[in-house]
Amino acid sequence: MAAKHFFIDRIKCDGRGLCAELLPELIRRDDWGYPIIAPGPVPEHLLPLAERAVEDCPLLALTLRQLEARK
Amino acid sequence: MARLLDGPDLAKGAESLQDHTRRLGPVPALDQGFIATLGRTGATGRGGASFPVATKWQAVARHARRDVAILVNGAECEPLSKKDRALMTTRPHLILDGAFVAARVLGARRVVVYIGERHSVASRAMQQAVAERPASERSLVSFEAAPARYVAGQEAAAIHLINEGIATPTTMPPYPFVRGIDRMPTLVHNVETLGQIALIARTGDATGTVLITIAGAVPRPGVLEMSGTATVGDAVKRAGGSIDGARAILIGGYFGSWVDAGSAANLPLDAGILRTKGLNLGCGVIGVLAESRCPVCEVAGMMRYLASESSAQCGPCFFGLRALSEACIRISERGSNHEDLNRLQRWAVDVRGRGACRHPDGAVSLLQSAMKTFAHEFGTHTPHRATQQIGAA
Repeated sequence: MAAKHFFIDRIKCDGRGLCAELLPELIRRDDWGYPIIAPGPVPEHLLPLAERAVEDCPLLALTLRQLEARK
Repeated sequence: MARLLDGPDLAKGAESLQDHTRRLGPVPALDQGFIATLGRTGATGRGGASFPVATKWQAVARHARRDVAILVNGAECEPLSKKDRALMTTRPHLILDGAFVAARVLGARRVVVYIGERHSVASRAMQQAVAERPASERSLVSFEAAPARYVAGQEAAAIHLINEGIATPTTMPPYPFVRGIDRMPTLVHNVETLGQIALIARTGDATGTVLITIAGAVPRPGVLEMSGTATVGDAVKRAGGSIDGARAILIGGYFGSWVDAGSAANLPLDAGILRTKGLNLGCGVIGVLAESRCPVCEVAGMMRYLASESSAQCGPCFFGLRALSEACIRISERGSNHEDLNRLQRWAVDVRGRGACRHPDGAVSLLQSAMKTFAHEFGTHTPHRATQQIGAA
């Protein structure tokens, strides 16, 4: 299975910060509370937590995706 | 070789369809093989991103199931750029030829011409030009006015306006080539790019030229058509100026970079070569900053403008650009200080890549280039007397 990456819908994201609390290994918050995701794919052992973060996002702004080519 | 601004005196305004066709001849019949021709010329978009034209066409062709749409982008929201208006006002049929070639090759039944609401002369010229076209083409076209906001020219914002009346960027994907105007795969091109396509359709070759808007400290600011082998220094000279008297050059406008005048002089006006040096020709703005101006205040004014032009949809852009702009203004008004300089460095890195569109990326690129080029001024700035205004944004 191809590696999964986080994708944030920046328009939906309101900086509630649940994702950063669940997964500080990969997600930190900027000075205004919005998530900054570590570059690269989600490591296998963190996938269960990553899926939990996706499910718990109150604004449904966070998803896990296999990378698509731009064009 | 044909150029975009060839033909009658530009001061006479729009070239009529009759004169245009007499001068250049009709557009030959073309099929999807034309996409390979576009690829061979290496033509890239002139709206700012310098994206390869043929790649866009291929993407639209690949996603076309039923209808596709063509979006003619003449929003020209970049404050320093005038070249799109110049082309729409003087050579509207070149732009329309490009749009209708795209419509025929890709099978579009809708062509939307999107022009900045304040660009009334250009808009009238384009409407008059459409009225001169045959009914089979005329019937495809509708016009939309772009609000005078910086992000309104961004492709997703344009489509959002056309579909829903709101000129703000949307989250991508879906990309316009998959789902754009009325959910159709949509080819979005800047008006200059379409002019290039019209000439490629006739000659098989790109003009090798770019439209440049030269702004700032030159005797004759305005729009020039320059060869891609000419340099920034050549453009400044053609506008009657001299690079020796300049402190720095803004390459690419508000979405571009500040470069030391000495290093800028020999840079070619070629998007591909500039990109290898980490620079972006963008929509072709060359801004000349005089030695007498204060770069820190100039940059603070630009950052204030870019922050105010955030569409306020994405937190990192809305809050980040506001914080960056306020730190720049503090330095400009109260003098340089380590805390703000450190914040600028850190926030510029944090904000990049974290918007639905590339507005925040453009703003932090501009700031980072300024902090490098004007490192001395940022490090030593002291407030001016009350008489000096913050830069003209």
